Amino acid sequence: MKQSTSASPPASGFTRRKFLQGSGAAAAATVLATTGGEALADHHGDEVIAGETTITLHVNGQNRQAVVEPRTTLLEVLRYQFELTGAKPVSADGSSGASTVLIDGKPMMASTLLALSVRDKKIETVESVSQRNSGAVPAAFVEYDAQQCGFCTPGFVVAVRAFLDKNPNASEAEIRAGLNGNVCRCGTYANVLQAVIALVKGGPRG
Amino acid sequence: MANVQYQWPSASAAQLLGTRQRRLDGADKSTGAAKYTYDVNLPKQLIVKALDCPHAHCRIKSIDTSAARRVPGVVHVHVIKTPKKDADGNTVLPEVLFQGELLVAVAAETEGAAAEGVGKLKVEYEVLEPFVSEEELDAAVQAQRAKEGRPRVSIQAEPDDDVEDEEQFENDEIERLFREAKYVVEGYYGIDAITHCCLEPHGTTLHWQDGRLVAYLSTQNVSGCDDGFAAALDMTADDVDVHCEYIGGGFGSKFRPDYWGIAAAEISKKTGRPVKFMLERDQELMIAGNRPSGYLNVKLGADEKGVVQIWDSAQWGTSGVTGGGVADKWIPYVYEPPNYRRRSTFITTNTDQSRAWRAPNHPQACAMSQTAYDDLAAKMGANSYDIFERNLKHISSRQKAEVYAEEMKIGARLMDWQAKWHPHGKGPRRGSVVDGLGMAIHMWGGGANASTCQVKIHPDGGVESYCGTQDLGTGTRTICAMVLAETFGLPISAVNANIGTSKFPFSGASGGSTTVGAVAESHRRAGQDALAQLCEKVGEKLGVKPASLVAAAGRIHVAGKPDEGLSWREACSLLGMRPLEVTATFKRGQKTPLSDEGVGGVQMAHVEVDTATGQVRVKKIVAVQDMGLVLNPQTAESQIYGGVIMGIAYSLFEQRIMDPKTGAFLNSNLANYRLPRLGDVGEIVVEIYEPPDQRERGVIGLGEPPVISGGAAISNAVCNATGVRVPVLPMTPDRVLAAIKSQGRASS
Repeated sequence: MKQSTSASPPASGFTRRKFLQGSGAAAAATVLATTGGEALADHHGDEVIAGETTITLHVNGQNRQAVVEPRTTLLEVLRYQFELTGAKPVSADGSSGASTVLIDGKPMMASTLLALSVRDKKIETVESVSQRNSGAVPAAFVEYDAQQCGFCTPGFVVAVRAFLDKNPNASEAEIRAGLNGNVCRCGTYANVLQAVIALVKGGPRG
Repeated sequence: MANVQYQWPSASAAQLLGTRQRRLDGADKSTGAAKYTYDVNLPKQLIVKALDCPHAHCRIKSIDTSAARRVPGVVHVHVIKTPKKDADGNTVLPEVLFQGELLVAVAAETEGAAAEGVGKLKVEYEVLEPFVSEEELDAAVQAQRAKEGRPRVSIQAEPDDDVEDEEQFENDEIERLFREAKYVVEGYYGIDAITHCCLEPHGTTLHWQDGRLVAYLSTQNVSGCDDGFAAALDMTADDVDVHCEYIGGGFGSKFRPDYWGIAAAEISKKTGRPVKFMLERDQELMIAGNRPSGYLNVKLGADEKGVVQIWDSAQWGTSGVTGGGVADKWIPYVYEPPNYRRRSTFITTNTDQSRAWRAPNHPQACAMSQTAYDDLAAKMGANSYDIFERNLKHISSRQKAEVYAEEMKIGARLMDWQAKWHPHGKGPRRGSVVDGLGMAIHMWGGGANASTCQVKIHPDGGVESYCGTQDLGTGTRTICAMVLAETFGLPISAVNANIGTSKFPFSGASGGSTTVGAVAESHRRAGQDALAQLCEKVGEKLGVKPASLVAAAGRIHVAGKPDEGLSWREACSLLGMRPLEVTATFKRGQKTPLSDEGVGGVQMAHVEVDTATGQVRVKKIVAVQDMGLVLNPQTAESQIYGGVIMGIAYSLFEQRIMDPKTGAFLNSNLANYRLPRLGDVGEIVVEIYEPPDQRERGVIGLGEPPVISGGAAISNAVCNATGVRVPVLPMTPDRVLAAIKSQGRASS
C-alpha cells in the first residue's frame, strides 16, 4: 500500500460518525481507507494521510512504532502490534468500557480512538495502570473477588484507577454513580463496589 | 492396597474446604495478563470477518465476491452459504431463516482490510415474509406459525369406570374445582427473549501444524470440541487440540465450535496461515445464543387459606426457527398444585435458534407462575410471605419443603420483611414514589458431570494435576487446587492444577451447574487414591499401618500424633526416581458419597417505583441459597451475586427487540441492548444456607440456581409497590406506565 502525505487542507473534516461507519464490520464503509480523499486534521497541522504510515506512540512510558492506516484504531495497535491485550474488543462504539485506557490520564475507549489521533499523547493501558500504587486496584479486585469470567475486568481496573485518582475519598453513593461506563455480564458489580470501598478506606495506597 | 473410602473431611477437620480462598487467576484477570481466545495472536495470522444476512427471511440469489477479493490486504474469501443442487440437478437457492446468519467470510491482513472486504461483497436477495411477533398468539396462528403441544392434565379425582369421555370428565372436574375455590385469580404473565451476550464473542484463533488442528476456542466444552471440529472436518479427534485457558462468558451458549469455527479451520487450511475469527458484537447478539420467550394466561383457584388447588394455564412462546419454547413441565414453578391443566403452543419465528441459557426454562417458568401466586396474595389482601409459605404444602422439587421454609425465614429476617410489609398498592407514597416487597423460590439439580483427573506427585514433593475441564469464571481452577491441597494436607500454592485443554483427561462440558461436582469428584478421588499409595510407602518406612496415617499441615503422620510421621517431602522421596501418577474417573450418575443433586433457594426484593416516570429502582435483594457442601464460600458468593444481578438485568433492562415488519433485531448492540450498570444493582445480601444435614450431602452445583427467582421476586415487588401487575419482563418504564394507566382505566 502506498503512503502519501500532503499539506492541503481536508476537503471534509473527520467526524466520529464516519469513523464508526468505517470500523463496523457489517457496515464496513471504510470511507477513510485507502482513497486519500478523506483526511485527518489534528494538532500536527493540516495533513492528509492515506495508506500505511509508521507512527510513534507513547505507550506505558515507552515510545513504540506502529504501522497504521487512517482507519486503524488504537485498540488494534495495542492488541495486534504491541501485544497489549488487556484492553478488550467488546463493542466498537465504546459502550461497554472494556477497552478503557488512559489518554493523558483521562479514561477513554481505545476502540473509538484512531491511532493517528493519539500521537504525542500519553497512553497508559491496564498492563501499566494496574501496577500503580503498588498494584492496589488489582489486589483489591482479587481480595473482593471482583472478577468472574474476567473479560470486562481490565477495563474496570483502569476505570477504577482513574476514578480514584479523581475521587480519592469517594463515598459509596459517589462510587455507585461514578463507575457506570463499564458493563459486566457475569454480574461482578457487587464485588467491584466492595473492592472500591476498601480502596478508598485504604488511604494513600488506594 | 486397601480400598479407598472416598469422603470429605468433617467441618472441624477440614483445613481449606469451607474457607474463603481467593481465586488463583484473579491477578492475571485484573492486570490484563490472562490470555483469552481473542487475545491469542499467532504469527502471520489472518483476521476473518463475515458478512451477515441483513434480512430475517430470504433466499440468496447470487453472491459476487470479485470486488472483495481485489481489496488490498484481503487474502481469501470463503463463501459459507453456497447454492446446492437438488436430485434433478437444479440449483436450490439457500434460504436464510433469521437475520445475522453468516454468508461470506473474508480473511485479510488487518481488521480494516477484512471489514473493507466484507463491505465490497455483493449479494442479491429474494426477500421473503418474516414472522417475529412471538407475543402475538393470534397472529402466529394466522401466519401458520403455531403448533400446539400435548396438554398435560392431572386431576385428583378418578373417573368412574363408566366415564367414556375422559376429556369431558376433566373439564367438568376443573369447572367444579373452580366453583368450589374460595379465591380465583386470572392473569397474564410473560418474559421476553434475551441473549447470552457474552462479552468475549464466540470465535476461535487456530492454526494447522503438520496436518493437526490446534484451536484456541472460547468454549465451555474443552473436552468435547475436539470431537466437534473433527466430525465437521472429516478427521479424527486425536488430530485436534482445543485450548481454552480463559473464556469471556458462555452462560450456556458455547458448547460447540459452531459453523464459523469450522469455517475458520477451512480458511486456515486453504491459506496455510493461522486465522482469528471472532464474531462482531451485533453478530454475537443475533446468532450466538438467546433464551426462549414465554407468555402465559392462567386461571388458578385456591382454598380459604390461599393454598392453590387448581391451576389451568395456556402458554406460548418461541425458541426461534426450531419452534420450541419454554417447557411446561416446570409450570407452575416449584409449586405443584393437586390439580392442574397445562397447555402450550410453540411458535416458529425468524429468529436464531435458542441455546441453553443459565438454568434453561427455570427463570421463565418462575416469572410466569410465581407472579400468579403473588397476585393471589394481592387478591386475598394477604402477606405474600404467608401465601408462599402455605403453598410449600404442594411442591415438586428435589429440595425439601422444610428447607425452603427455613430459607424463607432467614430471608425474611435479612430483608426485615414483616416490618417493611404493606398490602399490595397500600404503601406510603413519597411524591410519586412507592416501594414494595416481593419474593420467589427456585430449584435446580446440579449433579456432578463426568470427569477424570490425573495427579502426579514428584519425588521432590511437587504436585501437579491435569483435567480437561474449564473455568468459566466460577472458580473451577481454584476448586481443583483446593481439593487436592486439602487431600494432601498442603497449602494451595503447593499444587499446580492444570485445566483448559482437550489434551488433558476428559471432563464434561460446563453446563447445568455440573462442573464443581465433576472436578471435586475427580480430584478428590485421584487425590485419595494417590495418598493411599503414598501412605503404603510411609507406613512401611515407619512400621505403622497405612490406614492409620493422615495427611495434614504438610506432614503424613499417624492420626492424632503429628510427631510420628514424615514431612510431605520426605514422604514423597520414598517414591524413588519416578513420580507417582494416579488417574481417577467419576462417571455421571454413579452412586457417590462426595456429591449430590437438588438445591433450593429463596430471593426477596425491595424496590422503589416512580409512578410518574415508570422507573423501577432495586433497593435491596436478599438471596438465600443451599448447595450442599460449600467448598469455597468466596467464589460461591460471587456466583450468587452474579446470578442476582443477571436477574435484575432480565427483570428491568435487557430484551431482544424485533421489528415485526422486517424481522430485524433492532437493538443488537450494547448501547441499546441494555444491561444494568454498577449503579443499578442496589444492595445485595447473600446468605449461604449450609446446616450439617445439607453439608453431609456433599458438593452440589451452584451456577444456575441464583439466576432463577429474581425475575418473579422483582415483578412481585413492583406489583406490591404499585398495586398493579406489569405483566411482561423486562419491566421497562414504558411498560410500567402502561400498566399503571390501564389499571387507572379499569378502576374508573
